[in-house]
Amino acid sequence: MSETPFEPEITAFVCQYCGDMAADSAGWNRISYPANVKIVRLPCTGKVDVHHILNAFEHGADGVYVVACPEGNCHHINGNLSAKRRVTYAKSLLDEVGVGGNRLEMFHVTAAQGDEFARIAAEMTERIRALGPSPVRRAMGKSSG
Amino acid sequence: MIIAQRKPLEEIKEMVASYEKVLVLGCGTCVAVCFAGGEKEAKLLASELRMARQMEGKSTQIIDHTIQRQCEWEFIDPIKELVASVDAVVSTACGIGVQGMAERFEDKPIFPGVNTTFLGMPVQPGEFVERCQACGDCILDLTGGVCPVARCAKSLMNGPCGGSQNGKCEVNPETPCAWQLIYDRLAKLGQLERMMEIMPAKNWSTSRDGGLRKIIREDLKL
Ligand code: SF4
Ligand code: SF4
Repeated sequence: MSETPFEPEITAFVCQYCGDMAADSAGWNRISYPANVKIVRLPCTGKVDVHHILNAFEHGADGVYVVACPEGNCHHINGNLSAKRRVTYAKSLLDEVGVGGNRLEMFHVTAAQGDEFARIAAEMTERIRALGPSPVRRAMGKSSG
Repeated sequence: MIIAQRKPLEEIKEMVASYEKVLVLGCGTCVAVCFAGGEKEAKLLASELRMARQMEGKSTQIIDHTIQRQCEWEFIDPIKELVASVDAVVSTACGIGVQGMAERFEDKPIFPGVNTTFLGMPVQPGEFVERCQACGDCILDLTGGVCPVARCAKSLMNGPCGGSQNGKCEVNPETPCAWQLIYDRLAKLGQLERMMEIMPAKNWSTSRDGGLRKIIREDLKL
């Protein structure tokens, strides 16, 4: 067992109209969120492909989540619903591989919800910390932290 | 189009377990349109295999590539060198493509990555349904454009059977009765009298029963 506590690496795919602006809102309001989260900004979460998600895990992410606009409020009408279905499918593939579908999650926020954005980042960081490093990352022999 | 379904990862993993360098070869036509084995699906499978093998401490030399069709030599031949550079190939094409590859690369193990399932169409996004069984002697002109061979569970030529209930098939209450569909369509066409005609037994020698089928077109030969 390593002495240093495990710090998960988390990738968040966020929509530029809600998730990304919510991250900004958190900044303006001086609300901090865990530095474990690396944000990938997308024009819409409808752009999230199952392959992007698997790719993140393949390259060592311990957890991945997608932040979309609330249902019924997508800037591109239903991109968030497409993302939701793809996240569900990607979870089944992660279970099939043995990485675990519970390392992936889908969330919804509005642009103004900086506090909710920070809460989600903290929730995912805690969840993944409890799960430990992803089996892929463990196999890569990467140090945790 | 030909509709297929990805095989479970466990089965594919097992097939390639003893090979170091593996190529996942997608097909850009039928199986791409039914999202079973096109470029994206080949990438996904390669990624899944790499992760699974990494977790088992095995070689992760798994690459992917997609060609337009694996059922025509002109598309297969240009990847000779790529195939030569790997130990085995998982083809995510239909069974025709897998056999095309196996015939062209006799000394290379070629494994099927999908189960070729039927000839059909996407009736709505995400829902694929069988439509034809390639019987070799099409009778859609007699049945209002609805195929009783593929769509009737018993392939009845003079349906419906007694199990047709409320327009549904007795074999699966979610499946519409093909003969109900035929009746409804003939009614719309004003051809209901066709229902009274007895169809003679179908000649199945043009179908699978006659063994391997082959078509020769002298005009197309080189
Ligand atoms: S190999 Fe099969 S899936 Fe690919 S184009 Fe040919 S028939 Fe369609
Ligand atoms: S009658 Fe034969 S060829 Fe025509 S759609 Fe049915 S199975 Fe296919």
